[in-house]
Amino acid sequence: MYSLGEYIECIVAIMSTRHVLLGLLAERPKHGYELKKEHDHHLPGARPLAYGQVYATLQRLERDGFAEVAETAQGGGPERTVYAITDRGGAELARWLEEVEESAPYVVSPLFSRVVVAAVTGGAADGYLLRQRAAHLARMRELTAERRSGSPARALAADYALQHLDADLRWIETAMERLADLRGEIDA
Amino acid sequence: MLEARALRKAFGRTTALDGVSAEIGEGEIIAITGPSGSGKSTLLHCLAGIIRPEAGEVRLDGRRVDTLDEDDRTRLRRENFGIVFQFGQLVPELSAVENVALPLLFNRHGRRESLRTARSWLERLDTADCADHLPGELSGGQLQRVAVARALAVGPRVVFADEPTGALDSLAGEQVMDTLVGTARESRTTLVIVTHDNRVAAYADREIVLRDGTVAGASTVGTSTAGAPAAGAPAAGGEATT
Repeated sequence: MYSLGEYIECIVAIMSTRHVLLGLLAERPKHGYELKKEHDHHLPGARPLAYGQVYATLQRLERDGFAEVAETAQGGGPERTVYAITDRGGAELARWLEEVEESAPYVVSPLFSRVVVAAVTGGAADGYLLRQRAAHLARMRELTAERRSGSPARALAADYALQHLDADLRWIETAMERLADLRGEIDA
Repeated sequence: MLEARALRKAFGRTTALDGVSAEIGEGEIIAITGPSGSGKSTLLHCLAGIIRPEAGEVRLDGRRVDTLDEDDRTRLRRENFGIVFQFGQLVPELSAVENVALPLLFNRHGRRESLRTARSWLERLDTADCADHLPGELSGGQLQRVAVARALAVGPRVVFADEPTGALDSLAGEQVMDTLVGTARESRTTLVIVTHDNRVAAYADREIVLRDGTVAGASTVGTSTAGAPAAGAPAAGGEATT
């Protein structure tokens, strides 16, 4: 079963943390701790950012000229350093926001592989598919309840996870029918 | 509370139900799912006493529904059941509030009282501003919420919903489902939903999966596969978290 966190993690892993932080800086200059808090708030279910990751990313943004130190508080630790987005950073953010995500020609997942291997080895995938369906639906029930009681950010994240689980389920239904047809042909 | 045992029903040479049994507890929210032609709607129509199975039994509180004559079944339906269809099926010549009042009038409530009750239901479902409009003047989502109000107005024991969001986009569908499920839980009304949409099925405590007129599987909150939960304990279902 997937958790919302695992789902979002997959996305966040691909998504560039740099651009998320740039986006948060576009609002106004912020320090590292603020950025971490806002990141975790806006992307609920994502793995919370580690402080080390926040500072490393900020330093890289600074190195590339996308952000600059706006203010350093006296006697404070590194978390007192306030960063601001530069014009170049603003242009980079705009470019990233406009960029179209590459559409994967095929999606490979353990779910898909298991069914294919079951079919190839002559095994029936029906039992597995029904159990997987029940597991997915159980998670969808939790997400549905979460969406109703949560914040808008949570609702957005829940929608995303719900629709992906739904896509899996619809594929499972199609797969069960196709496998039944295939067996019918072999038997005939 | 509502029980089907070994139901069989054919339309011509097509078998729609081939020995389906199901047990539904008070206050439970059940989704009947399955591919097109699997018998979902036929099962709902049998449970709701709209059609009679050729074999098997349907019982409400232990009392046979399927053997009642047409008049008794109609009375039982009016007093105990509310039904929401895919396309609202409101009477086009009547305003929303009159549509909601209709089942109350059929149940011999006074006109003023019926209209007052109908209006309060529309308010409760956030559709008060639709009250005096004709169905033709309402959006799909508004129509469905009026249909939900009509189904709930008689204080039914069971609400049956046949693809209640089938004609709606995602967000309008979500609003209708939030309203329908929220109100059913508040009033502890049993809800039986036929749907091919998994996102609608995810509102239910439990699903009954049909395939070729038989029960192919069932799933319950919190477990991957299971049979029916104990009747009387369904309320916890909706709040399930990790």
